[in-house]
Amino acid sequence: MTAPSILETTEVAPTRTVVGRSPWELAWMRLRRDRVAIVCAVFIAVLILVAILAGPISHLIGYGPTEQDRVHGITLDGLPVPPSGRHLLGTDNLGRDILVRIIYGTRVSLVVGLAAAAAAVFIGVIVGLCAGYFGPVVDAGMSRLMDVVLSFPFLLFAIALVSVIGPSELVEIGVIAFFSWAAVGRVVRAQTLSIREREYIEAARSLGAGDLRIMLIDVLPNLVAPVIVYTTLLIPVSIVFEATLSYLGVGIIPPTPSWGNMISDSQDFYQVAWWFLVFPGAALILTTLAFNLLGDSVRDALDPRTERLFAR
Amino acid sequence: MTEPLIRVEGLVKHFPVRRGIVFKREIGRVYAVDGVDLEVSRGETLGLVGETGCGKSTLARCMTRLYPLTGGRVIFDGTDISDLSRARLRPYRREMQMIFQDPYGSLNPRRRVGSIIGDPFAIHNVADGAERKRRVQELMELVGLNPEHYNRFPADFSGGQRQRIGVARALALHPKLIVCDEPVSALDVSIQAQIINLLKSLQEEFSLTYVFIAHDLSVVEHVSDRVAVMYLGRVVELADRARLYSAPRHPYTCALLSAAAVADPDRAAQRERIILVGDVPSPVAPPAGCRFHPRCPKAQPRCASEEPALIDRPGDPPDHFTACHFPVEPGERLAREQPAIGQPEG
Repeated sequence: MTAPSILETTEVAPTRTVVGRSPWELAWMRLRRDRVAIVCAVFIAVLILVAILAGPISHLIGYGPTEQDRVHGITLDGLPVPPSGRHLLGTDNLGRDILVRIIYGTRVSLVVGLAAAAAAVFIGVIVGLCAGYFGPVVDAGMSRLMDVVLSFPFLLFAIALVSVIGPSELVEIGVIAFFSWAAVGRVVRAQTLSIREREYIEAARSLGAGDLRIMLIDVLPNLVAPVIVYTTLLIPVSIVFEATLSYLGVGIIPPTPSWGNMISDSQDFYQVAWWFLVFPGAALILTTLAFNLLGDSVRDALDPRTERLFAR
Repeated sequence: MTEPLIRVEGLVKHFPVRRGIVFKREIGRVYAVDGVDLEVSRGETLGLVGETGCGKSTLARCMTRLYPLTGGRVIFDGTDISDLSRARLRPYRREMQMIFQDPYGSLNPRRRVGSIIGDPFAIHNVADGAERKRRVQELMELVGLNPEHYNRFPADFSGGQRQRIGVARALALHPKLIVCDEPVSALDVSIQAQIINLLKSLQEEFSLTYVFIAHDLSVVEHVSDRVAVMYLGRVVELADRARLYSAPRHPYTCALLSAAAVADPDRAAQRERIILVGDVPSPVAPPAGCRFHPRCPKAQPRCASEEPALIDRPGDPPDHFTACHFPVEPGERLAREQPAIGQPEG
């Protein structure tokens, strides 16, 4: 149905084809033009592939992650063997192949890092959203809770907790998530507080929308950008956290390899066997760096107004 | 006269001013709306004018129960909705809608236009899927938007087009009442006319009732049947549009009208302007008696102690109400110097 009296005064846009791009499409286009982001994304994709295919790859190399090569993997003095054709990145003090162990360690790092980050973001978003949305009383309670969590001496607490419950991958994920969600919660809360006052929230309320609908449909989409950025930056933190716990012996239990316990094992040998320390360390640093750089690029892509520190 | 569509009785809305971090003490109140009685009949447009901060928008949000009331009653279509719970209020939300001032802030930038206009259908489970899309596109056409722009984002539209989106959303469920909170203040003058004409033709087509808030007097004169003038949380004068603009009785209305821009420069030069002294007092501590008395050129001692009621004054038609002890007589010239009593110098 048309109302001609109205159409006389319309300002219908000309028929020139304007492509209505969503903010996501625009961000994606910006991200694709970012070479550093592409390199990091490819590196991370390779890591994920390696983690998934750890079994077949180590089979190709010819050693298992805990298999001790007593013939070629250890010198007559009982020291690690340097990188060679047989062991590409050398062996450790028990004659185990370092490359294979790093590959299996990737699995641990990614699983723990991603799962812990995901759990932390999930909890943080829910708590932050409720704290920001439901007025001062809920906010006061939840904010104090976040303050308490953030003020825990986390390393001490993590060590104590693991010694009580006993180490396992699941406990490790839980511990990392427990100490990470509060930071996400704060960011989400702050964003929600500002979004809650926007007029379109009032408009939704005047239409009769319920709280849940407003939170999910009107508030959450506006939180996605900061949450994505925070998640990509939380993953490397979780990976380092995992390595730290494993290094201290309260994470992944030996002989299962993880980068952290490999670095820990190398402590007594790095003076005579540099490869023992350098390669697991490099794996940890490169992975962390890749996630961090990708996180920065995602943030730049999602918010074009932020200034870059270094031109790329 | 039949039962009005919406009736407001003694409406009061105070906002507490709190201080302290954990233990918040109330240290004062903002008397945003302080005892307002109004009626809006079906099919009419009630204009609401006043300076910034006089409580117009608060009144509008109380009428649509976006804010809980501090006191008083709102009777919509024969039902007292003043303290209905949110769930009980839902059916009435369909009947009264709002159009907001800021065409940028009132549309979620992350959502597509089709989904924004379709919101009322989704919230009230009216239409789904293809049916919803069809009805949304119908609405878009009705308000003069290209229905093909269904999948665009608010950022792809101009201010005027966005306000049309807001109008379409308000219209979706065929409400009885639309409260327009300064719907054109943020728009260019040329676009203002388009939106106002759109609102007027929609009113005819769907027999809508409007409460139209503005601070632009000429806009209100153009759209309203009756006009209420607000000052510091109270209605000071309420009259038929023609009557209010030709023979205002309240000194504040006279000052407000004299301050409005006139298109004709010759007339503008002849016209006498009443310049009010001082600022609007803070709504945290409104003056006693008549709230306008510290700035009023006609104020008498009585004005400082006794609050004038909003009643029909002698010599006025029965639908002209003025809250003033000493209304302005026709042809009277208001003194331009200092207010008769009370404060300020500088």
